[in-house]
Order: sequence, then structure tokens, then C-alpha cells
Amino acid sequence: MTTEPLTFPLTSGGTFSPPKELMAMRGERPIARVRYPDGKLGWMVTRRATIREVLANPVFSARQELRSTPFSGAGPTPPAPPGMFIGMDPPDHTHYRRLLTGQFTVRRMRLLTERVEEIAEEHLDRMAAAGPPVDLVRAYASPIPAMVICELLGVPQDYRTRFEREAAEMSRRDATPEERQHAMVGIFSYLGELVGRKRVEPTDDLLSGLVTDDAGLTDEELTNLAFMLLGAGLDTTANSLGLGTFALLCHPEQIPVITNPETVDNAVEELLRFLPVVPGTVRTALADVEVEGVQVRAGESVMVSLPTANRDPERFTDPDALDLARPAAGHVAFGHGVHQCLGQQLARVELRVAFPALFRRFPSLRLAVPPAEVPLRDDMIMYGVHELPVAWDTES
Amino acid sequence: MTRIEADRELCVSAGMCALTAPEIFDQDDDEGRVVVLDARPSADLREGALEAARLCPAAALTVHEEP
Repeated sequence: MTTEPLTFPLTSGGTFSPPKELMAMRGERPIARVRYPDGKLGWMVTRRATIREVLANPVFSARQELRSTPFSGAGPTPPAPPGMFIGMDPPDHTHYRRLLTGQFTVRRMRLLTERVEEIAEEHLDRMAAAGPPVDLVRAYASPIPAMVICELLGVPQDYRTRFEREAAEMSRRDATPEERQHAMVGIFSYLGELVGRKRVEPTDDLLSGLVTDDAGLTDEELTNLAFMLLGAGLDTTANSLGLGTFALLCHPEQIPVITNPETVDNAVEELLRFLPVVPGTVRTALADVEVEGVQVRAGESVMVSLPTANRDPERFTDPDALDLARPAAGHVAFGHGVHQCLGQQLARVELRVAFPALFRRFPSLRLAVPPAEVPLRDDMIMYGVHELPVAWDTES
Repeated sequence: MTRIEADRELCVSAGMCALTAPEIFDQDDDEGRVVVLDARPSADLREGALEAARLCPAAALTVHEEP
């Protein structure tokens, strides 16, 4: 039997569901043919166990210059520049990652809890002062992770304002590729300046720590590392907060599970399981390798679908239901293998603070528009909502 | 009884073990690599150890069952 390869874009399965084609294939064909927008044939993996197998196998390379991507219009990618270890394999990847891992441990991230609480409360105060309706993305979901990662890295306030403006431009819905490119160049130039400033005047923060590290990183490496950390720290948590709040407002009966300190940790895992914001990641086979009985040839790109893995009935009972009380550990929202998200413990702290703080402050929080009118980021590298208009009851 | 073995060379410092079974695992301050706090955990911690080993993204943990 021959079947046509899948092509992009895939068909939306609905606001809170993975693409239709991928959900349909997971049970019968956990690995299936795809044709990437660059015309090359490759594979799509949807089953959780198989995804973990691919991401753990060093025969599958993360080198960005080797891979095809599902995004149309993406031209050939040059090799990762020094420091951008997300697009590298060991040992280069290991060299850079280990400079940072000590800064993102479970324990260190928990120490940030109090500060994240303060930041959340400041933004809630501002929302209360402004009064409903507000766009939750702009008022809460985006600025909290931005402020946290900037403080962690040691981005001073004057840089932060400029940086946030460019970051907003980069993720603006109707930004042209040229505008995005221009914003990115702007961010790189600020970060380059900032690295210079830290060299002259190191302070007590992550970037200064890297500048003075024995590894002797170059300005280019430092700038790229800072760019990667900022980028990874922004859109990810911001989209999880925006999309998660949207889902909770559609399932208000579950809100008490996330506001309860006893159950919040698992509730956050369930939101990560149900609504991973990274639709997938791509690896390229360095040699012929068999996966689920099919022969993947050297040079073929394999995309793993994190959302379908998180709905896999082999691991999760009734996987298509959002149930904040279910055991949710074992999701792959942060990936798997040596590239598993470096900042995942930071994301957990941010989400464990920000969701409960929001619903405690505004118990009557509700959507200010019909759910169908919430603009979805189904056109972006990272899923989420562009805006989330919300309202609440005010006393007067 | 249960014996835990951790391969610190394989470890990628994701912190899944310290998150899943904090009674048994921690991370060092320098590179965040796994530190085994309790290499022979009591029976009530066994399931946590197994889950941590299953979730480890780098397959750095082994749980041995010994007589």
C-alpha cells in the first residue's frame, strides 16, 4: 500500500488539539512519510515512545544546517554560529550547555519563587488599576517571563525597554520577514553592547558569570548565548501562560485545582502536557537507521510531534481530556534527550506562581470575547494566542 | 533491596530526577549534574526512583534490584 506523504501546513485539529493528520496516524503509523516545504522527503513521528527513542539516539543530529523544516519559505540554514548550541551536536553542544546548567537547577530556580511572585503581583496591580478589559498577553503573560529572564541574565532597565520593544516587533502577527529580521539585528546589537559593558563592569548575574568564566568565551559566543537564553525565556513561558489561561477559562471548574498550593505543581504539568507550545522539533539521520520497522536513510529529516506524544494513550488515560488532577508527569513538552529544555525548571517556577496569582486576584476572570475570536498563533514557530482579551467584575 | 546508580557523564542536568524524587536525587551547584543523596533508598521511595530513571532524558540513571 502506498500513501501520499503528509505535507505542510497540517490541518488544525481545533484550538486545544494537535493537527488532525497527526492524531489520525499515531495509532497505526507512528512514523510516516512527509514532504517538507523544501521538497525533500522525510519522516514524521507521533508516538511518545518512538519520539523518545529518536531524541535519545545520537544518530539523529540536531545540526541546524542538515535539517528541513516544516516552515514554508525557510531557506537553507547555515551552521549554528558559535554559542548557539541548540543547533549543535555533542561535543560542541555539551561544551556550551554545561556552562549554563549549574544556573538552571531545580534548587536554584526555586529560589526565584519569591521574586517571581513580586513581579506577578506588580503586573496584577497594574491590571487592576487599568480595569477591564485588558489583553492578558500584553499585560501579564509576556512581561512576567521577560522581566524574570532579563533579571537573571543581568539586562539593565534601559536595555530592557529597548529589548522588549524589539521582541514585541519580532512576534507581532503582521510583521514582515524584513521587520522581524530588523528587530533581530537590533536585539543582537544591544546584546553585543551589553556584553561589552559586562566585561568592563561585571555584576552579579548570569551574563557576567559567563563573561568572567574560565572558558574564555568570545564576544560573539557570549552574544549568541545571551540571545538564545532571552529568546528561549520569552515566548515559551509567555505562550504557555496565555494558552493555559485560555484553556482554563474554557474549563473554569478546574481553576480551583491550580489555585490550590497542594495541587498546583501537577496542574502545571497537566497544562504543559495538554498544551505544549512547541509543535515539534526536527532531527536529521547521520546514518541509515531503523525506526519502528521503517528504514530512515542518512540525510533524511525526522520531525517529532510533541503535542501528539502528549496525547498518547500508551502513557496517558483519556489523553484528550484536560484534567488538572491526573498524573501528568512523563509529557515531552520540554523534549527529551541531551537537548531537553535547559530552562524547564525556570518555566515551572514561573507557571506555578503566575497561574494561581492571576486566578486568586481575579476570581471572576473571564474571556472578553467569544472563544472563536481569540487569535491563535497557528502561523508561528511557537503555538499560543496572539491576544487574550479578558474581563472581571470590579467593585463600584 | 534497591540500589541507585547515576552516570554523571551521561547526565545533561535537566533536573528531572531532583524534581521527581528529591529524597534521592539532587544536582551539584557547579554544572547541575546529578548527585545521589540516597543510593539505597527504602522501599517506599522505590517507585519514585524508578519513575526518575524512566523520565531521565539522558538515560543516566539505573535502578538495580538486589537480594
